[in-house]
Amino acid sequence: MMNYFPDEVLEHVFDFVTSHRDRNAVSLVCKLWYRVERYSRQRVFIGNCYAISPERLIARFPGVKSLTLKGKPHFADFNLVPQDWGGYVQPWIEALARSRIGLEELRLKRMVVSDESLDVLSRSFTNFKSLVLVSCEGFTTDGLAAIAANCRFLRELDLQENEIEEKKNHWLGCFPDSCTSLVSLNFACLKEINLAALERLVARNPNLKSLKLNRAVPLEALQRILMRAPQLVDLGTGSFVLDRDSDDSETYRKLRTTILKCRSIRNLSGFLEVAPHCLPAIYPICVNLTYLNLSYAAGIHGSELIKLIRLCGKLQRLWILDCIGDKGLEIVASTCKDLQELRVFPSDPFGAGHDAVTETGLVAISSGCPKLNSLLYFCQQMTNAALIAVAKNCPNFIRFRLCILDPTKPDPVTMQPLDEGFGAIVQSSKRLRRLSLSGLLTDRVFLYIGMYAEQLEMLSIAFAGESDKGMLYVLNGCKKLRKLEIRDSPFGDMALLRDVGKYETMRSLWMSSCDVTLGGCKTLAKKMPRLNVEIINENDQMEFAPEDSQKVEKMYLYRTLVGPRKDAPEFVWTLV
Amino acid sequence: MERSVSYGGNDLNLEATELRLGLPGSDEHEKQSSPSARTSNKRASPEVAEESSSLSNSNVSDARNGDQDSAPPAKAQVVGWPPIRSYRRNSFQQKKTEADGAGMYVKVSMDGAPYLRKVDLKVYKSYPELLKALENMFKLTIGEYSEREGYNGSDFAPTYEDKDGDWMLVGDVPWDMFISTCKRLRIMKGSEARGLGSL
Repeated sequence: MMNYFPDEVLEHVFDFVTSHRDRNAVSLVCKLWYRVERYSRQRVFIGNCYAISPERLIARFPGVKSLTLKGKPHFADFNLVPQDWGGYVQPWIEALARSRIGLEELRLKRMVVSDESLDVLSRSFTNFKSLVLVSCEGFTTDGLAAIAANCRFLRELDLQENEIEEKKNHWLGCFPDSCTSLVSLNFACLKEINLAALERLVARNPNLKSLKLNRAVPLEALQRILMRAPQLVDLGTGSFVLDRDSDDSETYRKLRTTILKCRSIRNLSGFLEVAPHCLPAIYPICVNLTYLNLSYAAGIHGSELIKLIRLCGKLQRLWILDCIGDKGLEIVASTCKDLQELRVFPSDPFGAGHDAVTETGLVAISSGCPKLNSLLYFCQQMTNAALIAVAKNCPNFIRFRLCILDPTKPDPVTMQPLDEGFGAIVQSSKRLRRLSLSGLLTDRVFLYIGMYAEQLEMLSIAFAGESDKGMLYVLNGCKKLRKLEIRDSPFGDMALLRDVGKYETMRSLWMSSCDVTLGGCKTLAKKMPRLNVEIINENDQMEFAPEDSQKVEKMYLYRTLVGPRKDAPEFVWTLV
Repeated sequence: MERSVSYGGNDLNLEATELRLGLPGSDEHEKQSSPSARTSNKRASPEVAEESSSLSNSNVSDARNGDQDSAPPAKAQVVGWPPIRSYRRNSFQQKKTEADGAGMYVKVSMDGAPYLRKVDLKVYKSYPELLKALENMFKLTIGEYSEREGYNGSDFAPTYEDKDGDWMLVGDVPWDMFISTCKRLRIMKGSEARGLGSL
């Protein structure tokens, strides 16, 4: 019946279909729908930049306005992927620039971005509006200067946790006076900033809703900036200390008055350094906060931290350091009844953990916050009993990531592995999509995961399992698995090769310090031409005609439509 | 200032030159089994640990050996564990080195001594630790602090110059406040010392 509608009608209907997956599904219905969908598609998400080429993207979606690209594998975040592995955005930007694509938005994660790329980007797309870079590297503030100077309608510049080389330029001053369209600006990951340019920029951008400052912005400047931008919804304070020469009480008084006017702030972060006696200035806005990120605020602890938390009754997302302790988490549990997401980061990752949290804190949270659906928890220890209690209290987990600082630690009470605890979690949270395991774990936990984690899409395994059976349970049972990353676990060729077709249903598989051999990887590569099976060979272990029986230190495989990549460095071998 | 773990605080490290019949290195076992000899106050810097990138499973503390309830032994650090982003990891290390490099070294003068010494205040967690170190450094006895009488009974009084340029008796203010205001130390001797102590 839909065939009798003109294309415009179909297009209009498809406008209401926004999620990538739904649009992908729409495009598979029939050739007509495929055609209409592809011309009307504006937002494209590419989870692995090596799965497809820019040319094919442009050919299929000529109307694309917003592109998201991800580069390096997730474990690159933890230094497991060497420098120069790849993930370059340059070819994408060049190809898009050559075409007549009207790119407006670019979001990159774990990619290598050069100043040249940023320069070309800034000059090639007149309507460019939004640049979001997460965990990227390879560029300097010269690249940022190009963006500032050339993107006349820039609305968003969001730099999250990037490694940026800072030159002596004043890139912020490159925003022309005519730039008044900014809505979101985040430069928290930089060390320096030109304060005068910043204040002028804020003053002429009245639509600014999200502003995240860096540690070079002291309280005096923050106060002046907030005076100009009381409409902010999202604030990252940078430092929260006074300049040495300023008058404490006067600044504090002014800050307090100014903050009272900022009634729209719902998200608060920063506090990279803190003058504790100035904290009360922010108390008035705490009651409205829905997101609080104190995970870099090592200077707020003890009673100061508790006082702050007690005021935040509407919090939905809380990111905190483990120096809050179990007792502090109990306060969170009794205060933040709407809490959905909690992340507890280690404040002293290599230390003896005197201030860390344990299973007690987590159980308290689960008890007080039944809406909890997303957890990242770094802790000293965990027990099965606690996990079982958490599973019972919170059956709505979508993301559950537990990281015990000693990765093979058993339940300290029973000395048992944590299989039963995690088993309870996957059984109770039927909508679980992401899971990270740690602690002492046998094959049994994987049996449970394979049996119960029907919606699981991403699984991270470290120092776990006893045999190939563990990996097989997961590959067989988790039908929706997209990303599997495994390190230091005894899984080998038998598990790897049992169901080779499985990997084409997934985005990628990472295995490092496991038992897979070169021969096993070669076999897989031969059987599956639409997978790139890459071996990372750092230590020249495999320099001299390696034996097939030799274990592979790092393997990364992913499905792709464009064959082996041409930019692989010499230490990455793509097996064919 | 070296961060090495000290075995018994003996600066001369006599064990190294001691003649014995055992194989070289056969003493290691003995030292590792007593947790007190390996306090975790000073641990290998993360940079050192990163070098051992080929650590395998076996180096991670094997829980089956049974956890010790006493101070945990310094663990071998594993690359990429705990799994926190490099950016966050770097910001911790930066904070640590910032704190370390922030001029916590202060000059220590002792009346009558021909030259000054320097101590890193960050290394100590409390007054007794600092005073003990000063006693060792200058081979003298300062004794115990009392709020009423200072270091009465001793020929020496530890004093410090604070941010305002005043000379204060060491021990009056909380430790954290002390290390953030102390600019230099001076160990006063003799009658001058006794004068301060009996104020």
